Amino acid sequence: MKFLKSISQDKIAAISFIVIVLTMIIGTFAPLFSPHDPNGVNMGLRYAPPSLEFLLGNDHLGRCILSRIIFGIRPSILWVLGALVISVLIGAVLGFLAGYFRGKVDAIIMRICDIMLSFPGYVMTLAIIGILGIGLGNILIAFIIVKWAWFARVIRTSVMQYSELEYVKFAKSVGISNLTIIRKHLIPVTFADIAVISSSSIGSMILQISGFSFLGLGIQAPNAEWGMMLNEARGVMFTSPELMLAPGLAIILVVSAFNFLADSLQIILNPKLSRTIKPKKNSPFSKIKNQEKEVAG
Amino acid sequence: MLLTVDGVEKSYKKGGMFSTKSQLVLKSISFECKDGECLGIIGESGSGKSTLGRLILGIEKPDQGKVLFDGKSVEDRNIRAGSISAVFQDYKSSINPFFTVEDAIMEPLTNSFKDDKENQFRVDTLLNQVGLTPAFKNKYPHELSGGEVQRVCIARAISIEPSCIVLDEAISSLDVSVQMQILTLLKKLKGIYNMSYIFITHDLQAAAYLCDRVIIFKEGQIEETVSIEQLKDVQSDYAKKLLQSLITF
Repeated sequence: MKFLKSISQDKIAAISFIVIVLTMIIGTFAPLFSPHDPNGVNMGLRYAPPSLEFLLGNDHLGRCILSRIIFGIRPSILWVLGALVISVLIGAVLGFLAGYFRGKVDAIIMRICDIMLSFPGYVMTLAIIGILGIGLGNILIAFIIVKWAWFARVIRTSVMQYSELEYVKFAKSVGISNLTIIRKHLIPVTFADIAVISSSSIGSMILQISGFSFLGLGIQAPNAEWGMMLNEARGVMFTSPELMLAPGLAIILVVSAFNFLADSLQIILNPKLSRTIKPKKNSPFSKIKNQEKEVAG
Repeated sequence: MLLTVDGVEKSYKKGGMFSTKSQLVLKSISFECKDGECLGIIGESGSGKSTLGRLILGIEKPDQGKVLFDGKSVEDRNIRAGSISAVFQDYKSSINPFFTVEDAIMEPLTNSFKDDKENQFRVDTLLNQVGLTPAFKNKYPHELSGGEVQRVCIARAISIEPSCIVLDEAISSLDVSVQMQILTLLKKLKGIYNMSYIFITHDLQAAAYLCDRVIIFKEGQIEETVSIEQLKDVQSDYAKKLLQSLITF
């Protein structure tokens, strides 16, 4: 509740949050929201401009673009988000173990990460898809396998930096358990870092999924996916460029919503920064003072 | 005997993963601290006195030797809980930025005493004792000055009524007038709670003001142990040099 309250005070955060939640709801209940069958071919309506019946127009096979966008949310956003959450979780658990306990645990986990990171990401993903077979599920598994090491690395560094601080030392010396220290002291301060790296990688993951779909390794042809829609529109880029608008804008909108939200979350969750956002009095003096603080912060 | 440090050695690895070089930071340290005694550990930077502090607090394990608290090893956190506590040097990072003053003091309290209502009451008393008001409860550490933060840290350290507090350069990052206030406060609190202090510092004057006995520390070894009344008659050359180099006002 406190979270929702503070998010409503920050306009950009509120808008991004609403965009993300709406996208997820629409994606989950896609059949209820989409006006037409996303795979229904109607050759009479090829490249038709937007009309009352087809709000975003029709594509090269006369399919309803709006319905395809709505159905595309599932693979493009929901499944990618799921894969991201799993790989961040794996990375966070290992990163916390390595960064907090150090020593041998750290050495072992980091050497495994080194091995994972020594292969180029795309090649590794392709190899895993080659082994497991084509399909969205396998791409997501490949993503998780390739990405966790990177998250573990970044989170470990962040944890290390904070676990040396004196309030952690104090908590240790008065005999508070390691689990409580991690939960109360380290997760809140490292959360900002985790939010930023996850939000920046969700953009690249969405684009990668569409890249694989383009290669024919991901989503199979009639099913809708934003990246694949972009690729389909690419063929007629010069004759009807408006086909690229809908999926392109959708990707931009969602990716930037995630980025803005992560940015604002940092400020909202950090008492040092959040206090300076809302001026206590409306006098011009207090405003100037607050601006100074923001710059200094 | 409250705290016994017996033949403690500690070395740190130098260089990379496969390096076998190591640097000996503490060389067979042994001393004891009695109930209610204030023991000063004085040494220049890099002499290993803070490492010794971490070993006493059980945050790190010694390579050899034992640190015993009432005859039991401090490495067990259940032995430490409620009986040993600490105040550190850097007031900027000594309280979690996400915690209010109240949260910070409540943290060790809830670990030792379960009664929540009583703990609330304790926080108020503690804040009064360290010279702050209960109005500070809802402030965040970045809204406080250095001296205020250090007072909160002291309140947090004494909250569990420990029998021993390690003060690791607790006054060194404050300015001189505030240093004096904190020292007076520490002396006052010692009278109330009858705790023993282990006062780690490089400041001989502060140690002389607060401590009953000082250990002079050099390059990871105890150079000399001397009670404060006999501070003038130190034997070793290093201790003499240390006394001479004092700037007297």
